[in-house]
Amino acid sequence: MFEVPDDRRYLESHEWITTDAPTRVGITEFAQDELGDVVFVELPEVGDSVTAGESFGVVESIKAVSDLYAPVSGEVVSVNEELFDRPELVNEDPFGDGWMLELDAEVDGADDLLSAEEYREQIE
Amino acid sequence: MALRKPPLRDVHADRGATFTEFGGWEMPVEFGSIRREHTAVRERAGIFDVSHMSEIEVTGPDATALMQRLTTNDVTALDPGDSQYAAITDAEGVIIDDTIVYRLPSADGAEPTYLFVPNAGHDGEMSERWTTHRDDWGLDARVENTTEEWAMFAVQGPDSPGLVTDAIGAVPDIVRSEATEATIAETRCLVSRTGYTGEDGFEVLCPWSGAEAVWNAFVDDDACQPCGLGARDTLRIEMGFLLSGQDFHPTEEPRNPYEAGIGFAVKLDTEFVGRDALERVEAEGVDERFVGIELLDRGVARHGYDLTNEAGDRVGHVTSGTMSPTLSKPVALGYLPVDDADPGTRVNVVVRGEPKRGKVVVPPFIDQ
Repeated sequence: MFEVPDDRRYLESHEWITTDAPTRVGITEFAQDELGDVVFVELPEVGDSVTAGESFGVVESIKAVSDLYAPVSGEVVSVNEELFDRPELVNEDPFGDGWMLELDAEVDGADDLLSAEEYREQIE
Repeated sequence: MALRKPPLRDVHADRGATFTEFGGWEMPVEFGSIRREHTAVRERAGIFDVSHMSEIEVTGPDATALMQRLTTNDVTALDPGDSQYAAITDAEGVIIDDTIVYRLPSADGAEPTYLFVPNAGHDGEMSERWTTHRDDWGLDARVENTTEEWAMFAVQGPDSPGLVTDAIGAVPDIVRSEATEATIAETRCLVSRTGYTGEDGFEVLCPWSGAEAVWNAFVDDDACQPCGLGARDTLRIEMGFLLSGQDFHPTEEPRNPYEAGIGFAVKLDTEFVGRDALERVEAEGVDERFVGIELLDRGVARHGYDLTNEAGDRVGHVTSGTMSPTLSKPVALGYLPVDDADPGTRVNVVVRGEPKRGKVVVPPFIDQ
């Protein structure tokens, strides 16, 4: 069984976003398992804007390349630059040290986001 | 159409393998981590199930003549127990497939028997090619598609000689490209010192009925890691080895052996389909060459990405690419015009619309 923490919300495309500050975005344990060994992450820069439902970057594993989708719209206030040198953190700790972005954004009211329970049902 | 399954498909599934379609077969792509499997082969040993590879046996009085006329290398150079790499070309010299040709071990003076191993999913096409030409030329040879009789495992890595010694109960008395018959787990096998990883290694052919016993004779989570096609791909890309259907393809990527860097497997002093065309290519030279590219910027090159020169003009394309697990650097294979193909030439790989800086190198990417 894959971990799905209750303290965040999810996209069908397997990104998560925290509901408490700082508002962080990453991909789920299920997603990293599907991708396999992550070798490269392409992310926006601090100050860039991301738009809900649109691609904000790319994660590449040895075998596949996948777009990353923004759960909500907002401004990028921080990027996990450690991933550029250690992309394997996405595999090792997808809900922790493998985070990707911090956003200045409003998570409440984003009705398209799934609860942990709804996301669990999707990946079962 | 239903996928063909290797004999140990369910054994691999029980071990947690994930699968991919390859050449019409359902094959394990990884047993947990491509990186871990790749490293095991470079540093210790790993075993791959490559039972999707095709096997065709050719026997009879004209077996040598038939093999000689349908492969680019010189089969008369093979002694019993030898093998050689060869291309199979059409009349224009375009590579249809590449293959290893074994002359099977046999008693002195016995008629040569050949087993050749085309790529996955090519067995029907190749057995038809062999029988059609045999009939057209009136040769006396028997061609038998034994793909679903032979399982095939590749035991690769610096520790593989010790593993094979343990499995057969004796030091394998074969050098690179030689094959011998041996008994493993009470199963009669053909063991050859060949592989597709750049490491010392062995390929073991055994009957499907003995496949599980032979596989289990090698697999050991510490000493001989089960590996999938994912690691097989990263290992062969690091060596610059061609992948049929991707680095060449008779219609989508038509290439002759000289362009593809396997001119060493063409013997123009033999008669084979495509020889005259290749003699002209050899005399006139090629327009494009198969090259290695090391990326200097971050990014991963993939099949089909454009290659541009410093002026930004499209000059070629990537046929294979990956992040090298050994080097932790992105590497790629592809074709470039001869004038842009010298080592050190700056070239860009266009990754999702963004030119990433790279330079031409001569494979292999790693010291082997």
